[in-house]
Amino acid sequence: MLGRQREATVFVIAAALFLYFLIDKGSDFTSKSNQVLLWSDFTPPIIIIALGEVYLLICGEIDLSVGFVVGFAPFFMHYLTDFWGFPGLLAIFCALLLGLAVGWVNGFFTVTIGVPSFITTLGTGFILWGLIDTTSHDEPAAVPADVLGIGKWINNYAWAPIIWAVALTAVFHVVLTRTRWGLHTVSVGGNLLGAREAGIHVGRIKYGNFMLCGLLGALVGLQVMYYTDNIAPTTGSYTYMFYAVTAAVIGGTAMLGGVGTIVGAFFGAVVLGILQDGFPLIGVSADPLYIIFGGAILISMVANVQLARVRERGQR
Amino acid sequence: MTATTPPGQAEPANPEGDVLRCEHIAKSFGAVTALTDVNLRLGRGEVLGLIGDNGAGKSTLLKILCGFQPPTSGRIFLEGQQVTFKSVDHARSLGIDAVYQDLALIGQLTVFQNMFLNRELVRWPLVRNHVMRREAREHLDEMGVQIQSVNAPVAMLSGGQRQAVAVARSVFSNPKILLLDEPLAAMGVKEGAIILDLIIRLKHEGNVSIIIIAHNYAHVLEVCDRINLIQGGRITLDKLTAETSADELTDMAVAEYRRALEERQHSA
Repeated sequence: MLGRQREATVFVIAAALFLYFLIDKGSDFTSKSNQVLLWSDFTPPIIIIALGEVYLLICGEIDLSVGFVVGFAPFFMHYLTDFWGFPGLLAIFCALLLGLAVGWVNGFFTVTIGVPSFITTLGTGFILWGLIDTTSHDEPAAVPADVLGIGKWINNYAWAPIIWAVALTAVFHVVLTRTRWGLHTVSVGGNLLGAREAGIHVGRIKYGNFMLCGLLGALVGLQVMYYTDNIAPTTGSYTYMFYAVTAAVIGGTAMLGGVGTIVGAFFGAVVLGILQDGFPLIGVSADPLYIIFGGAILISMVANVQLARVRERGQR
Repeated sequence: MTATTPPGQAEPANPEGDVLRCEHIAKSFGAVTALTDVNLRLGRGEVLGLIGDNGAGKSTLLKILCGFQPPTSGRIFLEGQQVTFKSVDHARSLGIDAVYQDLALIGQLTVFQNMFLNRELVRWPLVRNHVMRREAREHLDEMGVQIQSVNAPVAMLSGGQRQAVAVARSVFSNPKILLLDEPLAAMGVKEGAIILDLIIRLKHEGNVSIIIIAHNYAHVLEVCDRINLIQGGRITLDKLTAETSADELTDMAVAEYRRALEERQHSA
């Protein structure tokens, strides 16, 4: 019930911001080029990565490395096609596999070895960062001709990224709320020992969610590559992860595990996207944006804590 | 036939009728020995009270019997067949279900989701919420457990209601053997009565054999057919409830305290 309220609140904030920029800037805001920028450039990567982070946060983990999967996946594909002669489709497939593999490694260190995921993914993130810079010699690369055709399926249409994001959001929402995987993810984060006692394969759930997050990171990496028509070493950064976690938190996902909503994270990402797009339009530089993001995180965390208090009172 | 009854002196009316039998179960965690040598049997349709002090090894034994952890040594027989439980799922598939002391409920999930936790009814790929909701409701009503809404998150329930949901969940899976760890812990008289009533009802139906682990045995004497006392990792008394009394059990517990006290004084 409380989750629904939060989703509605974030939706209202997103709608209000949209209306504000619409009224204030009119055609500057509504022009197709600006709307494509908002809905295809700014927002979808945050949404898609937030989907993975929400699952991880709900089961009590986090992935700090995913932004570097975004950066490394296209390079990996580029090496496979241009240096090792892989056919385009296979190289794309391998780039996605890379995301899964990074997720598996994160799962291995976190679940099997027992390193907290904050540390594990800090480490794997740096390793990927170093791999990007070392293997690319800090030079961008062109999108291989071999895979341009496949790009039509991923990103040719101007609105493709947001369509991907909405479709994936729908799938992740249903999986979280209406499948065993989703319920068990909540269980693992809500009561780890209890979930284990109930016979849930706790490790499998965590491994799986790390791998999902990595896969989404690789997908976003390919999308960004097609959208920018370039493979840039600077694409790999912590920014994607920070925005995604911000979206998740604004949307009502707790860091303690067991609580979170996909729909909330979706609208959280939309709020971040609109702010990112709208600020330059009203003549404010992007500089104070982070102040607003930071404030939004704190306010929403205060709201989370308040909700938890209300809930506790309800128990007595 | 007093407190001198040697360990393991069970008088099985019908040994073949035992649903569960343990032989020489031992369990140690590193240097700590939780169970030294446990021999235990559970007859068909019987309610066995396993009582003992804190740290005597009750919960360790339960976690072995439900497949949560393997014993260090010893053998377990289920209906005469030797078995090795690979996991909780495996034990469950063989008809053994446990209600843990911590209940293993997920506060964030609803009552009906907890009732079907890890046993969800699925029409692939989706879980069948409406069916689970209805069955959970019916089952709780049938068992006389009063919960306003099966859609309420378990975190919103009282301690007794949670316990009742946990017990109802295990009964729901129709096990051959039900293990209850401190089912009356943290419960008021009224709420405790719900659980005792539940156990008595199951006993009359006779489809399930039950082991109740209890720290406070006054409660369980009411419902148990037989009592096993576990002290220092072994079973030191095995008697029909009718042949023992709260007094005798208290005496044995007090004797153990006295021994421990003497040992302390000697070593000091």
